[in-house]
Amino acid sequence: MTDGAVDPKRRPGVRRLPPLLTAGAVLVSVVVLLPLVFLVVQAVQVGWSQLHRLLFRHLTTMLVWDTVSLVVVVTVLCAALGTLAAWFVERTDLPCRRLFAILVVIPLGVPDFVVSFGWRAIFPSIGGFWAAVLVMTLAVYPLVFLPVAASLRAADPAQEEVARSLGLGRVRTFLTVTVGQARMAIFGGALLVGLVVLAEFGAFEILGYQTLTTEIYNEFQVGFNEPAACALSVILVLLGGLLLASEDAVRGHGRTSRVGAGAARRNRPVPLGRGRPAVLTGAVLLVVLALGVPVGAIIYLMVQGGNSTLPPASLLIATGNTFAYAAAAGVVATLAALPIALLSVRHARPRVIALQRTNMLVLAVPGLVIALSFTYLTEHFLQGRFYQTSPLLVLVYAIMFFPLAVVSVRAAVARSPVGLEEVGSSLGVRRRSVLWRVTLPLIGPGLGAAFALVFLETATELTATLVLHPTNVETLATQFWAYQSNLSYSQAAPYAGVMVLIAAVPGYVLGRWFDRQPERAALAGVPAPAPGPTTLVAA
Amino acid sequence: MRGSRWRSGKWWVRRVLTGVVAATLGAVVLSGCAQGSGSGATSLTVYSGQHVQTTQALVAAFERESGISVSLRSDDEDVLADQIVTEGSHSPADVIFTENSPPLQYLASKGMLARVDPSTLAKTPSRFNSPDGRWVGVTARVSVMIYNTSLLKRDQLPTSAMDLADPKWSGRIGIAGSETDFQPIVTSIARTYGEQAALHWLEAVKANAGGHDYPDNETLTAQVNGGQVALGIINQYYWYRERAQVGAGAMHSAIAYFAPHDVGYVVDVSGAGILSSSTHQAAAQRFLAFLTSVQGQEIIAHSDSFEYPIASGVTTAEPETPFDELEPNSITVAELGTGAEAIELLQEAQLL
Repeated sequence: MTDGAVDPKRRPGVRRLPPLLTAGAVLVSVVVLLPLVFLVVQAVQVGWSQLHRLLFRHLTTMLVWDTVSLVVVVTVLCAALGTLAAWFVERTDLPCRRLFAILVVIPLGVPDFVVSFGWRAIFPSIGGFWAAVLVMTLAVYPLVFLPVAASLRAADPAQEEVARSLGLGRVRTFLTVTVGQARMAIFGGALLVGLVVLAEFGAFEILGYQTLTTEIYNEFQVGFNEPAACALSVILVLLGGLLLASEDAVRGHGRTSRVGAGAARRNRPVPLGRGRPAVLTGAVLLVVLALGVPVGAIIYLMVQGGNSTLPPASLLIATGNTFAYAAAAGVVATLAALPIALLSVRHARPRVIALQRTNMLVLAVPGLVIALSFTYLTEHFLQGRFYQTSPLLVLVYAIMFFPLAVVSVRAAVARSPVGLEEVGSSLGVRRRSVLWRVTLPLIGPGLGAAFALVFLETATELTATLVLHPTNVETLATQFWAYQSNLSYSQAAPYAGVMVLIAAVPGYVLGRWFDRQPERAALAGVPAPAPGPTTLVAA
Repeated sequence: MRGSRWRSGKWWVRRVLTGVVAATLGAVVLSGCAQGSGSGATSLTVYSGQHVQTTQALVAAFERESGISVSLRSDDEDVLADQIVTEGSHSPADVIFTENSPPLQYLASKGMLARVDPSTLAKTPSRFNSPDGRWVGVTARVSVMIYNTSLLKRDQLPTSAMDLADPKWSGRIGIAGSETDFQPIVTSIARTYGEQAALHWLEAVKANAGGHDYPDNETLTAQVNGGQVALGIINQYYWYRERAQVGAGAMHSAIAYFAPHDVGYVVDVSGAGILSSSTHQAAAQRFLAFLTSVQGQEIIAHSDSFEYPIASGVTTAEPETPFDELEPNSITVAELGTGAEAIELLQEAQLL
């Protein structure tokens, strides 16, 4: 693929940063980073002696260790599981692979607290480190699967064929060529996994596994100690920064894009041969564990509850609210991601990249902290206006999941040939028109993927929602929480069920879109403009 | 090729634009709904950390009786307290209704609660009210032992919470160390035996519990009932709620009291207060008066939250030990305070 964006000659310092785009990117970044400012302000307020007492004690060390080891293990497992699943689905003759392509994505949309709730319902004594690893891995591996599947689709199959023809075995071909081709996507996805695990709360609370984030919630919930919670959150953000830096170091700087169009064609599936039943069993097992357990638990609880728990009218209203919020947040986050994504790919200067990467940190901040930071900001600067209104809630959702949108849009921008924009410019179209008439249509699918990811995460968000939702406007998550926290599991179950159904829609659309993409490109006889909606090219 | 690209591009752009418009409209309509209910007649906003269904029943009855509409926000009581402090003078909350006294004492200590009408305070025994009249007690619970009936016999149970520090309970007890309901016991031990003894007790109990430190009392109750652990300390109502949820046939546990006046035998009070910043003081006072009225207390007595009504002489309908037959420790809500001492001890014992 001709990818002008990654051709160093096209990234000279001579082109000035487009002022409008730069202004947009900076403005968006300022808003996204507001919660971090709040964190620092609060942590400073707490005073050194108390900070010292809270941070430099045995429990903190233990929590940092427990959190880091969990993040490392889950990230590695997700990277392995996501990559393998993507390869089997994209490159082999696995039976029903189109169905699997959809089913393995849906777990991303099942709220993590529903997943642990499901495991807990089946195995009441489940808990501890490995339970946390199991539940988190099964909940977030699609963050690796999605980009890797996309990048495997876009990659040139000829490289694998060459390797095989030169006598390399199937396993070594996979490890060197395939994994090499998908390297950027694997590391990018793993980074998202790491950040998400850092900030996860609901799942670990149900499983009784303590991390820095659960401790932060404890400080809020029993300690009335907002400054201490913020101080702990700063550690979390630092760990997130470390993750970003290590990803940068590990990933390497080689380019993986193709130079020259090559011959766009559908990959010939690798025959699994005698391994087929085993791989099929593995795929079924994955779907059963990741999707079957939570869905099964929900159905079991609904049936067990009997007729008295028929979904009330509030289920419909909550569904509508969840849908509206998720859609609005998806649109806002996607549009807000555009300037920084365009800028960081087309004008990849160190300062721009630094700005873009700083934005990623917000993913490591727990939802409750972000919510309370906006409570604080509206109180101090807006006299409480906009507080607990839908526009503010949508804005907060968009901020929380902004990194997911940036990553998707960036990938699409990186894959769209800058040459077409230049042709547009050379034909006398003004820059803004080029953006509108050339760039946007090219990256449209990437925008769709960004929207879908933010939608999925918003629909299942709970802790910030509880603080910021307009009074009397309940969502599926708040209703589920209200019943579940009172042990009314059978009444909580329908809300969880609808959440999974809602999540399945974008999951399905994402899967279908992946499906059609290379065919369209192949039919058109040109390289696909944006083969991977979530292909991660994180700087 | 060019043509198809352009077409598909426009299609996407249209899609995005339609999405923007639809989402914005949706958001506007939603916020309109939220504000609509607030205009016109008096409307109260109640932040509640109490049992959701029971509170909804109370609110519905109050609305019918008073014509005042009530908006209910439910969340964890301590998050709500933190939230109100952060919201400051522009807090949308008029009333805060919590499961325990410490969040109310915390808000009172920050000067954020208004005085409650003396006539309302008079309905609840004064030992269950704010010492300086800033909130009124509404319901109560009592701490009990829960034990698995196939793992332990009643005569094997300890008589004091202090006994749980004995190494013989190693691996057999469970705790919910981060639960708010656990703090009053810690405060009570510290009051009677001193902070140092309380810390040693916490460390010994933590060691005995080992991996059985659960995130909440619901989990602890289910774990004892399921036989994963033999004994735990909970508030009595978790056991009744578990029974209501799984059915009497699935109960493999029972509850028992510590010896009369033991440090582990503590009454926890749930109460309500009015924010000084509220612009609906009169309506808020009416709501508190309703919570403590015969009508409000009867709703609590017949709800499935299984708490003890404590005002207006109403007694519980459940086959629990009647409230006036309990013989709890004499610790007062003032001594429980904001729980700060207990929290520091819990932090020192690395339980928090």
